[in-house]
Amino acid sequence: VCFIPGGLDCSISFVSHVLGKVCVHGRQKEILGVLVPRLTDLTKSDCIWQRICWRLVECVPDRWMEAVVLGFVQRAPGADVLSRLLGNLVVKNKKAQFVVTQKILLLQYGHTTAVLQNVLGYLSLDSLRRTLLLRVLQELLETWSSSSAVKHSPAEQQLYISKAILICLSHLREPEIESCRQELLTSMMEGVKCHLDSSLPQLRRLGMVVAESISLKLNTEGPVLKFEYEEDDETRELKSLLVQTPSFCVVPSLPDDDRSEKADTALPLVPESNEKSHTAALVMPDEELDAELDSDDDLVPYDMSEDKGLKIKAPVYIRDCIEVLTGSRSEDVDKWEATVKALESLVRKNPAATREVSVELAKILLHLEEKTCIEGFVELRQRAQVAVLTTDPIPVAKYLTSQFYSLNYSLRQRMDILDVLVLAAQELSCPKFHGKTKYSGAQKPSIQLLPGSDSSKDWRRIVDERIKSKTRRFNMGQSHVELASRPNEFNSVAGYFFFPLIQHFDRPLTTFDLLGEDHLVLGRLVHTLAILMYLAVNTVAVTAMGKALLEFVWALRFHTDSYVRQGLLSCISSLLLSVPAEHILADMTEELLETQSWLGDVMEKDPDGDCRRLALQNLLLMENLKKKLEAVPS
Amino acid sequence: MALPPPDPQFVLRGTSAAVHTLHFSCGGPEPDIPLLFSGSENGFIHVWNLKTRRVDTALDGHGRKSVYCVETMGGKDRLLSQGRDQRICLWDLAEGRTSVTDSVFTEHVGFCRCSLLKVAQGRWLMAMAARSLEEVQILELPSKTSVCTLKPEVGAKLGMPMCLKLWQLSCGSQPVLLAGYEDGSVVLWNVSMGKVLSRLICHQEPVMSLDFDSEKAKGISGSSEKVLSIWSLNEQQNLQVYKTHELVNAGISHITIRPDRKILATAGWDHRIRVFGWRKLKPLAVLDYHTATVHCVSFSDHSNPRERLLAAGSKDQRISVWSIYAQT
Repeated sequence: VCFIPGGLDCSISFVSHVLGKVCVHGRQKEILGVLVPRLTDLTKSDCIWQRICWRLVECVPDRWMEAVVLGFVQRAPGADVLSRLLGNLVVKNKKAQFVVTQKILLLQYGHTTAVLQNVLGYLSLDSLRRTLLLRVLQELLETWSSSSAVKHSPAEQQLYISKAILICLSHLREPEIESCRQELLTSMMEGVKCHLDSSLPQLRRLGMVVAESISLKLNTEGPVLKFEYEEDDETRELKSLLVQTPSFCVVPSLPDDDRSEKADTALPLVPESNEKSHTAALVMPDEELDAELDSDDDLVPYDMSEDKGLKIKAPVYIRDCIEVLTGSRSEDVDKWEATVKALESLVRKNPAATREVSVELAKILLHLEEKTCIEGFVELRQRAQVAVLTTDPIPVAKYLTSQFYSLNYSLRQRMDILDVLVLAAQELSCPKFHGKTKYSGAQKPSIQLLPGSDSSKDWRRIVDERIKSKTRRFNMGQSHVELASRPNEFNSVAGYFFFPLIQHFDRPLTTFDLLGEDHLVLGRLVHTLAILMYLAVNTVAVTAMGKALLEFVWALRFHTDSYVRQGLLSCISSLLLSVPAEHILADMTEELLETQSWLGDVMEKDPDGDCRRLALQNLLLMENLKKKLEAVPS
Repeated sequence: MALPPPDPQFVLRGTSAAVHTLHFSCGGPEPDIPLLFSGSENGFIHVWNLKTRRVDTALDGHGRKSVYCVETMGGKDRLLSQGRDQRICLWDLAEGRTSVTDSVFTEHVGFCRCSLLKVAQGRWLMAMAARSLEEVQILELPSKTSVCTLKPEVGAKLGMPMCLKLWQLSCGSQPVLLAGYEDGSVVLWNVSMGKVLSRLICHQEPVMSLDFDSEKAKGISGSSEKVLSIWSLNEQQNLQVYKTHELVNAGISHITIRPDRKILATAGWDHRIRVFGWRKLKPLAVLDYHTATVHCVSFSDHSNPRERLLAAGSKDQRISVWSIYAQT
């Protein structure tokens, strides 16, 4: 493709038509691959070529405009190049405006960050287009802060919108921020609320990062909003979008850049020296200057061998522990601390003594609050609870499950109950997992959020691995070494852990409504049930548990929260893995067939990626089951 | 073979509350009875007769709020006490009287003990923590006129003043104030001009107590951590760390240097009193008598060196009195 330069009148519209037709047929890459670099060079300094280029795109008929614009947006190496190539197309052409401001940003979400940078940078580079930038920002914020969007749109789309918001913010200048300050603030407050309500940690983090960035832009001096969350690649990438590097084309790094980088690292940081404040600078005592007689030699020291560090002794008997923990003597905090630290080992060493007071201990531990600042208090308490539960499973399980549905407990306490049940069940069913907990100690965040002990994530991984290994094992024999066997302690108590939890989920209490607001706890409950089901493999109660679980899943299958749905699908996985195939065939065939059609639906239509993947896994498991049953001659 | 640490010479019981502050008044001539003043958590100031070892008088002037500082002003007839009722009271105890002659409303709700310095006959300067968070006020007593207010600069972030010591190099020279703050720093203030001469960060935790030897221009401070910090003042009036000493257990409530500047005593949260030599901070003794945090230590001002005593008041409501290194 070669243009005749200068002087001659040529009709651009024919070329536009050709361009449009080619693009709409899907050949954007080929034609624009050649066209765009050429035009980039030509339009760099030549105004005439710029005008020609603008005419070119303006003349593309509307029905092909979208393809052409998308192609340019994707191929342009930078926002300023895009600006040179398209000019004020978005202002002049309605279709182009729609594509750039609405379609790319709100209706699609598959584009890369570079494309977003191009589009939004392009909008910011000309004063005529900046009004569009503001409008775009408002619409993006509306979507970001709408609770139904947060609940129902896929995580990838939400990430995309967050990125777009951050890039927009990076382009805004002071007067523009001032003019839309109020709307920014309102959207931020609403949006943060919706995001923090979500059960998925990734969405919560997205909300936090965006809110922090908005707050940073709004108040450049003074206190800004600061959340505490784990930094990872995603958050770092998002935060980097907030700062706009001066837009040069993608050029191989000039030698200048390298030199300046090295210069920065070579400069030592000069510490601020305030002449009035000195940090501790040691002055060595000069022995020679001490002309005085060493009168200290007259003072003979006494024997100080008894002087050792203070050790507070923890009580040795369980009943003493109970006394200390419930004691009203708030003076003896040292003893209280020592008791809390020693409790788990005491419980495990004295099972008989623990069994006498197990329910009382469980009650005390459930209500135990941090009196002083001990490191890892939450973990210590949890381990003690698990120890008590494994030592005397039946009465303590009865107590804990009844308390789960009682009045006047906090959400945190209810979720603690679930965690403790799971850990104890794990310990009972696999004794070699003795007391291993993976818990990151409670933090003191700047904004208080529920610390997420996402043991459900670890479990998901274990179940996934098991599924993977299981799907292969049908063809290969038992290839692993047999471990030393012990009677399954979980067998006799599995029912006590499981059934009370599943019984009252639909009965709302004044302060606790599983099917209503407290869907986070419902999610955790469902995951807990999945784990308990998984651990109940080879127990007598497993079939009854399976049936009850299937009914439970069926009742909740259309829940709006993705975390709950993920839990329900994990329940099905556990069920299929734990209940022996023959029992499934005998007792649950119809239900399973219904479940199969539901799973197919989920796999195709569910907005959440994890749900779809789990549904597919379940369907595969069912297929394997069918094959296995067909293979066995009945 | 080192001797085991000595036992207390005697123990005073009867305060019925934790003892927060002690002050001896034994310097008077022969017919005068040596006295020990103690302030307790129940708001009482007990005047102990050291001959009979019983309480002579109990003074109630702080509305049953804890008394955390007691000092005499030139003799045992005039007493100053500071309590948690936000007041500093001046008492007249001559001829058996027990009346409060004057009081200063400090509006200070912390625990910072005030510091007294005699500048002229019948005139004292008193440094006390004021109402505003970081400020120290200097008053002249008995007139109660304000000499100056020492305000740290904005952004210094010193926190509350925790302990104070007013001193002057010699009679008639400029009074200066050493103040230990919540952020772990010790600041030297020029009182007449009201500005900071030097600031030294000695601790990571709040400075709980400090004492200063004006002769050797050396001071010591203790904190809630395990380290004692010894610092010196050079000719340019700058503070520098001289030495640090690590303790076995963390937490020091009070430090005091004996008037002859040979030894010092620390009151620890680990229930123990430690005695060190002042020149090189050589550990000399660990006195383990009390069963709860020791709140205060005080050396007596006996004119006869052999009679010198060390007293310690503790949360276990007892005052232990020791005779230690009295022969030197």
